[in-house]
Amino acid sequence: MNQFIQSDISLILPEVFVLSMAMIVLMTDLFIKPSSRWIIFALSQLTLLGGAYLTSQHFNHETQFAFSNMFVRDGLADLLKMMSYMGTSLIFFYSRSYMKDRDLYRGEYFSLVLFALLGMMIMISSHNMLLVYMGLELLSLCLYSLTALDRDNQKATESAIKYFVLGALASGLLLYGMSMIYGATSSLDLSVIAASLLNHPMDHAILVLGLVFVVAGLAFKLGAVPFQMWVPDVYEGSPSSIAMLISSVPKLAAFAITLRLLGDGLQSMMVDWKQMMLIMAILSIGIGNITAIAQTNIKRMYAYSTISHIGFILFGLMSGSLNGYASSLFYVVSYMFMTLVSFAVLMMMSSKNFDCQTLEDFKGLNKRNPWYAFLMLITMLSMAGIPPTIGFYAKFMVLQAALDAGFAGFVVYAVLMALVGMFYYMRIVKLMYFDEPKLKNNIEVPIDMQWILSTNALALLVIGLVPHTFMEATTQAVALSFH
Amino acid sequence: MIGLSHYLILAAILFTISVVGIFLNRKNIIILLMSIELMLLAVNINFIAFSHYLNDIAGQIFVFFILTVAAAESAIGLAIIVLIFRNTRSINVDDLNRLNG
Repeated sequence: MNQFIQSDISLILPEVFVLSMAMIVLMTDLFIKPSSRWIIFALSQLTLLGGAYLTSQHFNHETQFAFSNMFVRDGLADLLKMMSYMGTSLIFFYSRSYMKDRDLYRGEYFSLVLFALLGMMIMISSHNMLLVYMGLELLSLCLYSLTALDRDNQKATESAIKYFVLGALASGLLLYGMSMIYGATSSLDLSVIAASLLNHPMDHAILVLGLVFVVAGLAFKLGAVPFQMWVPDVYEGSPSSIAMLISSVPKLAAFAITLRLLGDGLQSMMVDWKQMMLIMAILSIGIGNITAIAQTNIKRMYAYSTISHIGFILFGLMSGSLNGYASSLFYVVSYMFMTLVSFAVLMMMSSKNFDCQTLEDFKGLNKRNPWYAFLMLITMLSMAGIPPTIGFYAKFMVLQAALDAGFAGFVVYAVLMALVGMFYYMRIVKLMYFDEPKLKNNIEVPIDMQWILSTNALALLVIGLVPHTFMEATTQAVALSFH
Repeated sequence: MIGLSHYLILAAILFTISVVGIFLNRKNIIILLMSIELMLLAVNINFIAFSHYLNDIAGQIFVFFILTVAAAESAIGLAIIVLIFRNTRSINVDDLNRLNG
């Protein structure tokens, strides 16, 4: 009995560590002066470093279960957790001066982000519908409060209530679907559900009903059309650093639960969920790319661009093959690094009394600061999917998987829509390089952020040149988890 | 005799009322919170009915977790509503028009 509990604990060690550190950060903030907030910053980065160390102790071992199959630790979980630590760490670096300028650089920001990270880690490792729900709620509740962090800003609070109501609706839909699946299979454990679906033919109507609700709930959380209406409002209303958080790391966790619920638990219903995903992917790519053209607010434009990227991720999932899952995983990770740079440039151009929000603000960035214009150029090329950036390779792999699965017509459609999307990415490039600057002030950036931002943006280019090792890592992670 | 299907139908009706309540409500944000709560309770009825019918305890345990999370969720919802009231002196849904979404 003792042995059993010890091996369980050793598997969730990263989660235990992040949880304890989040509470320590929360407590420490009570006892330090506002001028020594760097301690909180250092503690948070230490948390991420420690979590990464504990996760790496186990990296790429075979799949192991803990707590009566509730919690799983496999290749997919370890890879996604490593990427989550990295993304969160970058968010802390990029948002530092932006949050300081707005007096939001407080202890609760760090502890809420760390609790959100814990929720994401639980989602990534969940192997039971109860745990999926608990992790999702821990993440969502933290994100609602983070959106409203700028308490006296009317836009921020309004976007928080919209996010809250629609997020709660999504959780409700997901739960209703879960209850139907529980009723049909009499289990909450994903592998038991998969086995009982495989062995006994079930009452199909109730299962499909449950599946529809589960897919709708997941689509809400991912932000796929027709459940995308919260995305632009939340991006526009919340502070840029929070929008950066919402758009980046939680997508990894949402991807993980989608893969676990649909690809693992409801694997034998693939015929049914493939069609729903196909429709959502087509709508997301189309509406995301076309609506983004009409936006003048750059955060809204990013939001619609996110929606179109989600469409591509669904394209890979929909292929239903290991190759498709692996290319989707590659896509979602590379998307996270692209979106981090795009928001970081936005925050870097903002100053104490000025929030960079509109396309106009990008005019003539090349004359003001050629290096950052170049970094933004790489990011825009990568988002548009132009070789030799990482974004091109990610799109290429996803579309190839869809082609192998026999969706040739839709692949042509997706490529055409990606061309439409190129217009609004290239518009930013045009504004940066060929227009006269409207703003004259210098861009002041802390030195550590300069280096990290440059490394992050250049990595988009370098990994785009040699993507195969990274693609192999994702293929291996998926192959270890699904066999 | 009241069977499983009666409970499922009741839950489905409650769930529909709550979804309609969220989308048709044009007056007060508090009503949105009530709708969300009703939705989670409808799911709870589903889980308990299935749990009893299947003789499996897991569904009832799930209900405990949903109830706890629902309490935390409404706490955060009310906190956001307080912020909105402080900023705009109103909690009308129609007054939420600063973001064109």
